[in-house]
Amino acid sequence: MIEENLLLILVGLPFAAAVAASTVRATAHGAAAWVSGILLTTGLAILALLRAPISDGQVIRGTLRWVPSLGLNLTFRMDGFVWMFVTLVFAIGILVLIYARYYLSKADPVPRFYAFLLAFTGAMTGVLTSGNILMLVVFWELTSILSFLLIGYWHQGQAARDGARMSLIVTGLGGLCLLVAMLLMGQIVGSYDLDRVLAAGDLVRVDPLYPLVLGLFLLGCFTKSAQMPFHFWLPGAMAAPTPVSAFLHSATMVKAGVFLLVRFSPVLGQTELWFFAVTGTGMLTLVLGSVIALFRHDLKGLLAYSTISHLGLITALAGIGSNGAILAAMFHIVNHAVFKASLFMAAGIIDHETGTRDMRRLSGLIRFMPVTGALAIVASAAMAGVPLLNGFISKEMFFAETADWHNGTWLDNSLPYLATIAGIFAVAYSLRFIATVFFGPEATDLPKVPHEPPSLMRRPVELLVLVCLIVGVLPGLTLGPTLNLAARSVLGADLPYKDIAIWHGLNLPLAMSLVALGAGVALYALLGRRIADGPEGPPLLHRLRAQRVFEKLLLLLTWKLPRIVHRTIGTERLQPQLRLIVLLSIAAGLATLWGSLRLAPVPLATDLNPAFALMWAVGAACAVGAAWLAKYHRFASVVLLGGAGAVTCLTFAWASAPDLAVTQLLVEIVTTVLLLLGLRWLPKRREEIAEDKLLPARMRRIRDVVIAVAAGSGLAGIAYVMMTWPLIPNVGDWFLRNAYSEGGGTNVVNVILVDFRAFDTFGEITVLAIVGVTVFALLRRFRPMPESIMLDEEQTGLDDRTLADALLVPSLLMRWMFPVMIMLAAYLFFRGHDLPGGGFAAGVTVSIAFLLQYLAHDVRWIEARLTVLPIRWMGVGLLVAGATGLGAFLFGYPFLTMHARYVDIPLIGQVPAATALIFDAGVFSLVVGATVLMLIAIAHQSLRTTRMRERDSGTAPGKEAA
Amino acid sequence: MEIVLSAAIGTLAASGIWLLLRPRTFQVIVGLCLLSYAVNLFIFVMGRITLGAPPIMPRGGFINPAAYADPLPQALVLTAIVISFATTALFLVVLIASRGLTGTDHVDGQEREP
Repeated sequence: MIEENLLLILVGLPFAAAVAASTVRATAHGAAAWVSGILLTTGLAILALLRAPISDGQVIRGTLRWVPSLGLNLTFRMDGFVWMFVTLVFAIGILVLIYARYYLSKADPVPRFYAFLLAFTGAMTGVLTSGNILMLVVFWELTSILSFLLIGYWHQGQAARDGARMSLIVTGLGGLCLLVAMLLMGQIVGSYDLDRVLAAGDLVRVDPLYPLVLGLFLLGCFTKSAQMPFHFWLPGAMAAPTPVSAFLHSATMVKAGVFLLVRFSPVLGQTELWFFAVTGTGMLTLVLGSVIALFRHDLKGLLAYSTISHLGLITALAGIGSNGAILAAMFHIVNHAVFKASLFMAAGIIDHETGTRDMRRLSGLIRFMPVTGALAIVASAAMAGVPLLNGFISKEMFFAETADWHNGTWLDNSLPYLATIAGIFAVAYSLRFIATVFFGPEATDLPKVPHEPPSLMRRPVELLVLVCLIVGVLPGLTLGPTLNLAARSVLGADLPYKDIAIWHGLNLPLAMSLVALGAGVALYALLGRRIADGPEGPPLLHRLRAQRVFEKLLLLLTWKLPRIVHRTIGTERLQPQLRLIVLLSIAAGLATLWGSLRLAPVPLATDLNPAFALMWAVGAACAVGAAWLAKYHRFASVVLLGGAGAVTCLTFAWASAPDLAVTQLLVEIVTTVLLLLGLRWLPKRREEIAEDKLLPARMRRIRDVVIAVAAGSGLAGIAYVMMTWPLIPNVGDWFLRNAYSEGGGTNVVNVILVDFRAFDTFGEITVLAIVGVTVFALLRRFRPMPESIMLDEEQTGLDDRTLADALLVPSLLMRWMFPVMIMLAAYLFFRGHDLPGGGFAAGVTVSIAFLLQYLAHDVRWIEARLTVLPIRWMGVGLLVAGATGLGAFLFGYPFLTMHARYVDIPLIGQVPAATALIFDAGVFSLVVGATVLMLIAIAHQSLRTTRMRERDSGTAPGKEAA
Repeated sequence: MEIVLSAAIGTLAASGIWLLLRPRTFQVIVGLCLLSYAVNLFIFVMGRITLGAPPIMPRGGFINPAAYADPLPQALVLTAIVISFATTALFLVVLIASRGLTGTDHVDGQEREP
């Protein structure tokens, strides 16, 4: 139980530290470092506590219940291999923190750096400890994202941005492949639990999908571990600050790929396909990486390619997959992390103190920085595989595996030779690093005068180099138990203990090591001079840059191809888009209904009333007329549109829908007024547009008529078939039966709106409020066209008095109508629950009452007498409706549960008093607010032009209204 | 009645769609209004045509649902009327603003290139 909690704390710790570090002031470098360091040290202490149960062969599991109702848990597990890896991450993490404290300059936003670094540590810990393969992918992608942020830390530089983007695209795409692989694997196994997947290797390997799973899985691992041909992002990532390169891009993150290879080798491995794919790629990367490294002039570039090459070595071992190979892979993971981190730090110190990383300029530094030089020499000797250092032993184990393990294929037979060649180049590039940088004549043209760095900046390097030495001399005592533990957790608990020793006698691996050492020195002695004069990269190969290929591909995919597609099938014009939508709708209707749409055996039929037919003859004529006249006779079109609306409204009344009829009628009025107000801002169109007479325009219109008729007749057909099928019993019956008993109202439509489906209505009035505010906001910034500001021809030439008296009698009538309409609104509102009416109808009525006043009088006249605050009406309405809904919580009911009862009021009698009425009051208030807001906003535009005219004519009265 | 009403829906929809495909903003708005009548009526008649039986109940007692019009399409259409009113208003304002900004009432904000 304690272990379980410790594991969960361990996983959460880096994230907590990241949050803590990000809250520190941007200039508090020390504080950020201390916070991060202390929390990571706590993590190491927890790991030390966990060591004892892990040594007993226990697997610690911790589960956080996340969404228990869906069975989703966050499961973490830790065995020997994971323990070793997490410890490595935390230990290197602390050293990198100390180093970064002195590496970053005062001007850098350091807390952000620490926060990213710690969050990365957390993500990496998540990858390692995930007990669920999908969760593993999530953490995996998180490491990619944080790597992106860290590479781009100095985002002012183009190289940093490019490198960051490239690494994100490559590793992110790899992560997606991995996700698909994990999903498939989970489907095959029947569980996403890591333990069950690891135990189901036999099941996965015989599945027909195995090659696909393996391919996708390897894509994920290879992109992350920078295997050829996906290696190119890693040199680009060297634009990151050196602590990041040391931590992410050599010691830990890139090892996530090989971690997964080793972890899943019992599941996916042991097949020929696995061997060729994994070992083949690994060997290719090992050899080519070491060759390219020798020819790089940039210090970090050399180290980056060396890292790629070493990752290839580990991958090759994972591909071989024998017990010894897995052990050697784990050993080399640790060793490489130790010596490469120290080398990166040393390279960072050199860069920091001299101002350049170009090996052609650096020379003779041993005289200026003897301690750093000595440390770097030891570390690169470890990299080269010199005896008595840690790199030698794991490389020796690798040589032994290549020489001793056999499956008889051509690749297997060539392994020892390839390994030796890679060893030769590794010795040569290590030698080049030392010889050019530290020896030779003193450099003269360095940007800075080199000297030793602050001692604390060197401390992490010293510690790491010490580890190189100790492990190199006493491998069995120091790392032996841990490695055996780790190997057992992957390969099975019955694995015999393997003693790791330096001396195995005079055998083939030792001979290979000696050949590599000798030939490497000779190679450098021969080539050393010429490399410095050559291009960046090996002869011939340097022309082939995967990076450039990638960039060309990216340009093609994200810029050129989309533009071609856009040019050929895209359009910015609205008409083709709408036409496409209509055609697609017709096609969708045809595709789904073709053949299945048929008349009912006994069609329903209501007797035709001639008056109804006549009414619709008028209605149809209105609709067609509105369509016909909308271009050149807008006013007539609006009138005809109103006619069609009126007929629709009458149809509702005719067919037993009084609520709809009332609402439609009111909305019709408001819509017509809105359209009339809008007409003023449209351009005059008295003359025919010349083009309209031309053939293309006629053809377009004919085509659109065909489309419209097709769609219309289709809709008519569907409507007819639907209408004549007998009605099947549906949820409407339930509403009818329960409206009175449950909702306390006899008008079922209203009860549905304010009680049964009140949440829908709540959403609907929210939409209305949003539209109101949007209209208001849009019109605030609106500037009318100059030509619209002019007075109409009818108005010019008349004096002000005639204008003021223009609508004298109607305006007087409208003023008198105001109280009547308010009364009507109240009537509609209160009867709503039982009879046609309701909050919406009442709200529209009130806004029409206001509107009439605006129509009857000057805007200034009305606003001097009547203050409407539409925003408040809207706000109050929304709040009342919401509060009614929340009120239900007080009585332990879900949101918007209504209560209904009748109360006796003296003199008036029985009155329905449902909480739905309060909700409806909210609807009412909001509808008033939104409608009036829109109308006033549009009506005010004419005020704006009046003001503009007054200003232009220079006779502006002092008063500035509204 | 059914045949008349379905023909009416078809006519309204056809007029609306034809206007939807026109180049002037005002035409498109009128088209949307006509189309919304058609769609509202279409949804409404999914409850079939019932004459003289609005869904307004007596208080209490047994209720025979077959004797009343289907309230569900009516509730849906009521919502649809409100929302189509809101969208019409929004389009109208976009029309006004676009005319003010671009100087034309063409739906693309610029006249068609000859």
